[in-house]
Amino acid sequence: MFSKVLVANRGEIALRIIRACRELGIVSVAVYSEADVDSLHVQLADEAVCIGPAPSRDSYLRPDRIIAAAEVTQADAIHPGYGFLSENARFAEICESCNIKFIGPSADLIRMMGDKNTARATAVANGVPVTPGSDGLYKKAEEAFEEAKRIGFPIMIKATAGGGGRGMRPAMAEGEFIAQFRAASNEAEAAFGNGDCYLEKLVINPHHIEFQIVGDSHGNVVHLGERDCSMQRRNQKVIEECPSPLLTPELRERMGDSSVALAKAINYENAGTIEYLVDAAAENFYFMEMNTRIQVEHPITEEVMGCELIKEQIRIAAGEELSSHVRNVVPRGHSIECRINAEDPFNNFSPSPGTIGLWYAPGGKGVRVDTHVYSGYTVPPYYDSMIAKLIVTASCREVAIARMKRALSEFMVRGIKTTIPFQQLVIDHPDFIAGKYDIAWVGRYLEERREEGAL
Amino acid sequence: MNDHGLSLFHLEKKDFNIKLKKGVDPESLRELMSLLPAAAPAPLPQAAPAAPAVAPPAAGGEAAPVQEGEAITSPMVGTYYGKPSLDSDPFVSIGSKVSEGQTLCIIEAMKVMNEIKAERGGTIVEAGIEDGTPVQYGDDLFRIK
Repeated sequence: MFSKVLVANRGEIALRIIRACRELGIVSVAVYSEADVDSLHVQLADEAVCIGPAPSRDSYLRPDRIIAAAEVTQADAIHPGYGFLSENARFAEICESCNIKFIGPSADLIRMMGDKNTARATAVANGVPVTPGSDGLYKKAEEAFEEAKRIGFPIMIKATAGGGGRGMRPAMAEGEFIAQFRAASNEAEAAFGNGDCYLEKLVINPHHIEFQIVGDSHGNVVHLGERDCSMQRRNQKVIEECPSPLLTPELRERMGDSSVALAKAINYENAGTIEYLVDAAAENFYFMEMNTRIQVEHPITEEVMGCELIKEQIRIAAGEELSSHVRNVVPRGHSIECRINAEDPFNNFSPSPGTIGLWYAPGGKGVRVDTHVYSGYTVPPYYDSMIAKLIVTASCREVAIARMKRALSEFMVRGIKTTIPFQQLVIDHPDFIAGKYDIAWVGRYLEERREEGAL
Repeated sequence: MNDHGLSLFHLEKKDFNIKLKKGVDPESLRELMSLLPAAAPAPLPQAAPAAPAVAPPAAGGEAAPVQEGEAITSPMVGTYYGKPSLDSDPFVSIGSKVSEGQTLCIIEAMKVMNEIKAERGGTIVEAGIEDGTPVQYGDDLFRIK
């Protein structure tokens, strides 16, 4: 087992990893930018190293400074969290060459599944359904157009190097294809340095269902069930729940088997998530992509499946076999997570950094709050706006919803705006209560409210 | 409200919710409390991290009331060396006159020796970090006038 782990991240996930280290008796090292000197992860870590000024590109995205910090503190492993360098194959490689264990899969695996087109081809090769689409990549709109007509509209144009919803454009009909292709390609060229795109049949109003995978270095691979992340605003998740209110046991089994088959075929190690689109009828599922890291919403799986995923990641990286309780999960109850962002939902979700005068987070049975903020903390403007995750768990979905409603109503934040009032509206909505929502739901809801003049 | 000695009147709509309070309003009390300096401590130790990996003796301006010149801070994370090799003289010491581009020290990271150069000319008024001290981004290395 490692003696010292450096946490190459910030905010709530850095704190989450530090807590897991503490419970495992591992010394934790936090790295931080000058803007994060008062952050909770820095305060609670055993050691801390300042790695740069506020901007991420000069601090949290600097592999050289992070590795140097690991060297001066003599850390034997690095946990990359999510975002930042967690899916950066080059960073994983540097760790490997410096004899520092990267807590995650190998650089080769990250590279393979990080390239969306390669990941798609890997899925196809292993019998995992994908949306009908192009086999290869296209540089020019005109070349892609013929293929688009063959696949049939509506089409989703996706950059192979894309991510975070960028480098993606829909083309609903032939008339807009050329323009949309060029837009997607140019955006990807600018953001990722690669404008090559592939085409996929667009699934109308799909559900986003993802499966949690865990594999160790001894060939054991299991899935830990699904998470329904269809409640999204502009391709960013807002609410997640486990299990999905949409899946039948039969579909769950098919998707679970596909996920394990794919993970085994690529010898996947450590934690990962396979994301699928499921059509409205809940009959067909299509592979979208694989995230080779821990996800933001991992707590809802932990609560229902009775596991500790961060500790499991550390154990796997240290060479241990999957824990027996992970190999034999028995799902119990229902869990929902609401992401709390420092944004004003009544002002187009504009960011609301600033000092939190009062922070009172809810508690009680089945309420878990993962956060790095506290009363008096100043939310910096340089990073992601998520400041807390509110996770509630109950014996069934109905009680979980009642509990979330209760917890949200207790949540007090003064000094900055948060998305708590928006979450309250969604949790209370008949569509959410009925479990009938898709990835376009929030967009439609906000449009309706705008027309009513209510938002 | 005055007629009935109410301190709080709350009204929600939709399914109608009403709240009336008599006596002291906890809300306004809380606001008053927050103005008292002693009553509102920061929940955690201030500023510096609990147990930093590095603690250069010449750090910050907190101990000394007035410091000469301006600080030259570390642009990287690594291990500090004040001399080019074990048995050489240090690059600079207190009183050294340096010119722009002159090497002041070495910070070693990932087996690479990075020469830290002066951004402008001047006189070194403070130096003295021990060889082998780990430094982080922003740590004071020297003061220059």
